[in-house]
Amino acid sequence: MVVIKTFEIKNKLGLHARVAAKLINVSTRFKSKIFFERDGKVANGKSLLSILTLACPLGSRLTIRAEGMDAREAVEDLGKLIKDKFGED
Amino acid sequence: MGDDAGKRTFVLKGIGVSPGIVIGKVHLFDRFDARVSFYRLREKDLVSEEVKRFKAALKESEKQLLEVKNKLRELAGREPLYIIDVHLLILKDKMFINHTIKYIKDLCINAEWAIKMTIDRYRDIFEKVEDEYLKGRISDIRYVGQMITRNLAGGKKDVVPDIGAKGIIIAVDLSPADTAQMMINKVLGFATDMGGKTSHTAIVARAVEIPAVVGLESITKMVRTNDDIIVDGSAGLVVVNPDPEMIKVYDDKRRHFEIAQESFLKYAKLPAVTRDNYKVDIGGNIEFIEEIPTAISHGAEGIGLYRTEFIYINKEQLPTEEEHFSNYRSIVGVEGLKWATIRTFDLGGDKFYSDPKLAKEMNPQLGLRAIRFCLKEVDMFKVQLRAIARASAFGKTRIMFPMISGIEEIREAKRIFFEVKDDLITKGIPVGDDIEIGVMIEVPSAVIIADELAKEVDFFSIGTNDLIQYALAIDRINERVTYLYEPLHPAVLRLIKQVIDVGHKAGVRVAMCGEMAGEPAYVMILLGLEIDELSMNPLAIPRVKKIIQESTLEESKALLEKVMTFSSAAVIREFVYNYMHERFPEEFQTNGT
Repeated sequence: MVVIKTFEIKNKLGLHARVAAKLINVSTRFKSKIFFERDGKVANGKSLLSILTLACPLGSRLTIRAEGMDAREAVEDLGKLIKDKFGED
Repeated sequence: MGDDAGKRTFVLKGIGVSPGIVIGKVHLFDRFDARVSFYRLREKDLVSEEVKRFKAALKESEKQLLEVKNKLRELAGREPLYIIDVHLLILKDKMFINHTIKYIKDLCINAEWAIKMTIDRYRDIFEKVEDEYLKGRISDIRYVGQMITRNLAGGKKDVVPDIGAKGIIIAVDLSPADTAQMMINKVLGFATDMGGKTSHTAIVARAVEIPAVVGLESITKMVRTNDDIIVDGSAGLVVVNPDPEMIKVYDDKRRHFEIAQESFLKYAKLPAVTRDNYKVDIGGNIEFIEEIPTAISHGAEGIGLYRTEFIYINKEQLPTEEEHFSNYRSIVGVEGLKWATIRTFDLGGDKFYSDPKLAKEMNPQLGLRAIRFCLKEVDMFKVQLRAIARASAFGKTRIMFPMISGIEEIREAKRIFFEVKDDLITKGIPVGDDIEIGVMIEVPSAVIIADELAKEVDFFSIGTNDLIQYALAIDRINERVTYLYEPLHPAVLRLIKQVIDVGHKAGVRVAMCGEMAGEPAYVMILLGLEIDELSMNPLAIPRVKKIIQESTLEESKALLEKVMTFSSAAVIREFVYNYMHERFPEEFQTNGT
């Protein structure tokens, strides 16, 4: 199963190290392959360094693509984290 | 070099990032020392062995970081922990690991070499990232790489060696994990060649309360293990091979600092009101939003000076309006702070290193800087002003223009600001309706025409560092004339008095945000002048508040009056220091600086 969904980054500092770490903590719980995409750049959704290189600021749009059995749950949980601004500000 | 040469006393000045004074023995800690050798594997068969070695080092590094993290959790607050989490994630990062293993396999090289290549690869990637914060993460990758490399060498179990209770670590650079480990090992303090106030290492040092001085440039080349050393994290000084006399002085200072830490924080929360009910507003000077919690805990009632230069520094491109805004938004309307005074772009001069294409000047302090530069680069200036205006919708904001030397400059700056503000309002973007506009009084001409400037603004803020430098014609960085830098020079006192008197006559609030504002010995003089606000390094606030709370306006005025009759700076200094010594024996018991 492939699930693709786009989210807007709403926390003011964007995807900085601490929130990227939170994303990884969620994404690594899933078996599915997970990719993040922004402006044509694709990052491995389970690699902190990879995500950081996307450099998503406030207001940028991040597309999550999950491939696998638990793809739907993965996108749901990751999306929730982003919508909740990672529990920050 | 004989032993005698090693015993020479010398003092090094760096950046104090974590306050406190410690006296101990040097322990040179060279985290790059592992003598890393890079070599090709002799035969393909050795590859799997090498990959195994790499993975074992990863495991060992993870174990060490987890250990640091667990111990740290018991001992310190939450904040420094997250950076260790980030390091853990890098350590476990699939891309990081896979790239390194691929290098080992494809190129038939040893793990150390492969790690270096992986780090170089990320350095190239991160260099292209526009976000300054993210760019800085390369240092975290490097720390992790070094840690793994160290573990490849084997042997060492601790991140930082256990050097016993009197040890002071001297290193080129330290990672946040090293710093955390030091607390666990009860290291007294540390000093490094590299680093700045906001490095994660500095933040961790403050959190674990280890006195530290960084940015000393070459201390590792100037000391040897077992040398006697004093680290004064409050002043940013390191004394190597101190003589017994000096050790005694510093021992007093240290004891004093420790007593002070406990008792001063009690005064920090109370308002700065004299016994006869004269209230002074107390602001904190900050450069980074990370300093806000310290400012509040040390008793700042507002931010009296937010230096915005950091937003520009070390950038290839000019910061965007959003970058500005996210910073200003973080200091405006903060719970526990009543106002935020934001100073516009004050670059040029000594603070300017990586410049947005500015030509080198012979005499930058007198050159195209601060407001002069902004009025030439109006588009750039507007970006900052728009962001400040937008932030003002969220709380009490004061905007302050630096280096004003004539009336046209403030009029022009205001014109541009109101143009920007009106534009925002037209577009329906919220803007605060109680923004105050002020000027820094730091050029002597501004003092002389203060009455005219007062008609244009809501407040003055006296920047004593520059005012003294310009008034006394001394280059602050030229050591041969620093002896002339004298805040108590009668000319300086008269200038300050004139600004305050003229300001008050015109109904303009007068603040002071230079270093002079945070010097306990000057507090009564400034009280006597009836200053409205003192803004200073947050760590200086508790002592200043204590002195204000224990003095009266009446005696301060009497002291000032007396002092103003003297014609010599040296006489004034001696008189003020003796007076304060007698008046506050507890506060001024230590000699020296």
